[in-house]
Amino acid sequence: MFYREAGDFSTTYSQDSQTFPIKFDRYRYYVVLAIAFGVIPFLINDYWANAVFVPFLIYAIAAIGLNILTGYCGQVSLGTGGFMAVGAYSCYKLMTGFPEISIVIHVILSGGITAAVVTLFGLPSLRIKGFYLAVATLAAQFFLVWLFNKVSWFYNYSASGQISAPERSVFGIIVTGPNTEAWAKYLICLVFVTLCAIIARNLTRGSMGRKWMAIRDMDIAAEIIGVNPMAAKLTAFMVSGFFVGIAGALFFAVYLGAAEVGESFGIDKSFLVLFMIIIGGLGSIFGSFAGAAFMVLLPVFLKNVFVGGLGWPTDLAAHLQFIVSGSLIIMFLIMEPHGLAQLWRLAKEKLRLWPFPH
Amino acid sequence: MPDQLLFAMEVTLNGLMAGVLYALVALGFVLIFKASGIFNYAQGVMALFAALTLVGIMEGQVPFAHLINAIFGTEIHHFGWHVPALLAIILTMVVMVALAWAVQRFIFRHLVNQEPILLFMATIGLAFVLEGVGDIMWGADIKKLDVGLPQGINEWIDITTFEAFGYGFFIDNLDISATIVAMILVAALIAFSQYTKQGRALRAVADDHQAALSVGISLNFIWILVWSIAGFVALVAGIMWGAKSGVQFSLSLIALKALPVLMLGGFTSIPGAIVGGLIIGVGEKLFEFLIGPMVGGATENWFAYVLALLFLVFRPQGLFGEKIIERV
Repeated sequence: MFYREAGDFSTTYSQDSQTFPIKFDRYRYYVVLAIAFGVIPFLINDYWANAVFVPFLIYAIAAIGLNILTGYCGQVSLGTGGFMAVGAYSCYKLMTGFPEISIVIHVILSGGITAAVVTLFGLPSLRIKGFYLAVATLAAQFFLVWLFNKVSWFYNYSASGQISAPERSVFGIIVTGPNTEAWAKYLICLVFVTLCAIIARNLTRGSMGRKWMAIRDMDIAAEIIGVNPMAAKLTAFMVSGFFVGIAGALFFAVYLGAAEVGESFGIDKSFLVLFMIIIGGLGSIFGSFAGAAFMVLLPVFLKNVFVGGLGWPTDLAAHLQFIVSGSLIIMFLIMEPHGLAQLWRLAKEKLRLWPFPH
Repeated sequence: MPDQLLFAMEVTLNGLMAGVLYALVALGFVLIFKASGIFNYAQGVMALFAALTLVGIMEGQVPFAHLINAIFGTEIHHFGWHVPALLAIILTMVVMVALAWAVQRFIFRHLVNQEPILLFMATIGLAFVLEGVGDIMWGADIKKLDVGLPQGINEWIDITTFEAFGYGFFIDNLDISATIVAMILVAALIAFSQYTKQGRALRAVADDHQAALSVGISLNFIWILVWSIAGFVALVAGIMWGAKSGVQFSLSLIALKALPVLMLGGFTSIPGAIVGGLIIGVGEKLFEFLIGPMVGGATENWFAYVLALLFLVFRPQGLFGEKIIERV
């Protein structure tokens, strides 16, 4: 009743395969976009931007990237943190090397550089599979972090070994550096998220995405029906790397401002993003958003309840966060392996018939 | 003999000793993987948890003291007694068996017949839970673990090598005892799996789940058993690592090194775990010694992984692993 799909009749194939075939969904999508672009920037303040919205948007891009690789193409990666570092450091080098070029182009270029690096580390996937590959991506994680720590060219020989984002602006509005307004940070991330999500959605429903899914479901069978496994796997690594690189660049330039590789892009980042896509839903763009929102809000929520509400010490709340997120992972894997996205689908099914289920 | 060569020999020996410790953790992985097909990422955290529990029991800490204090506003920390090492080890083993039961009952019983990669992710979740529980139970500060193993430089080797080459090798007594313990452990495991009823049942399950079920072996029991054994191996590894570098969070990261060891040795081979451990131990120490100074050091962080990665490209099943055959 609430979820209306009456009156939707597809008469062409393109109508049938569009992203939101149901009018109700389409309008809801426009409403969400309108609120995100038209309302939130006027209400947002520093706390909400830094604690919730900006990390949510950036992690959503990273989660989309990892979801393409893991959820759509079935190649588990534990190197997301290291790959985000590639994005961050290439963005830093570009920003300091070519200050006259717009930051937007730098972020996109860092995505491209990361795509190349990730494809390189994806080469072993042609020989090894499953958790063998997962361990192989750990090699990327540790090697990249070490590289950015030891080779001082990457951080312009600064004494502290840190990289810090210089002030850059888009259309005269400062978007990086310490003087950035909350709404500017939010908006630039939002623009990137929207574009990335649209690109990812269209890639995954097209022939490329179907090839990825064929490889995921059974690679040998996919090869027999004519999917080139090498091309499919490597494009998945490449596209995934592009998104993760953009996320890394924004994470450093817009969100953190200054970063140290071991601390900001360690292996815990890899797990965080992996948890996002498991909880959100493997193989779903909406799931990437849901998972990112969940994992960003969880620590904020736990901190408010235990530290703010009960007055416990912060380290206790941090340990509890480990337990809660670990148990949630196990619970989701046992009860709903398709994550929040599947719960959302089920809710829609229920709403469709409500209040007359029979 | 030239100095460089002597240094290299010393580094190699130390690498062998470190390799034994890697092999210890890798053993736990292999056991669980063979018996249940679960790639247990949490093995490292289990070692940390076991070591934390051991220290906690020995020191007479009150479990969950931090949490209790936060909830009830009390100020309790210690019971005020000290438990002898041997008793504490037995008590820790009881905790690890209980953990094995809980893992089997609450997690993997519900995930039977799922894809291996899903089980792997579940063990990542388990690792997080264990880490949090360990910290809340016993506190997150770095602890000293001393169960009475000999420590410090081995005088005899120092003097003998000095007389032979004019340069005394530095070998830690702890590493030597770790090697001996590891050898005993492996011998005991082999004896267990060859000569006891449960051990044979374990091998049967590792061979073929369904055939084992059909001759009346309880899979549930075997899985609890194998997780307990893995818990025991984790405890031994935790004691060794803990005595070496203190019981702290990084223990679980060191244990991650067991993964490349496994990839080198093959996931299903116990000798592979040991040989792989030795290769990684020697390899990373020698690499750090020879190449490390040229590229800025700290290569130990990644060398093992990259070696395993390169190795896998040429031999995906590892040195001793079963050949991977895929059927459609």
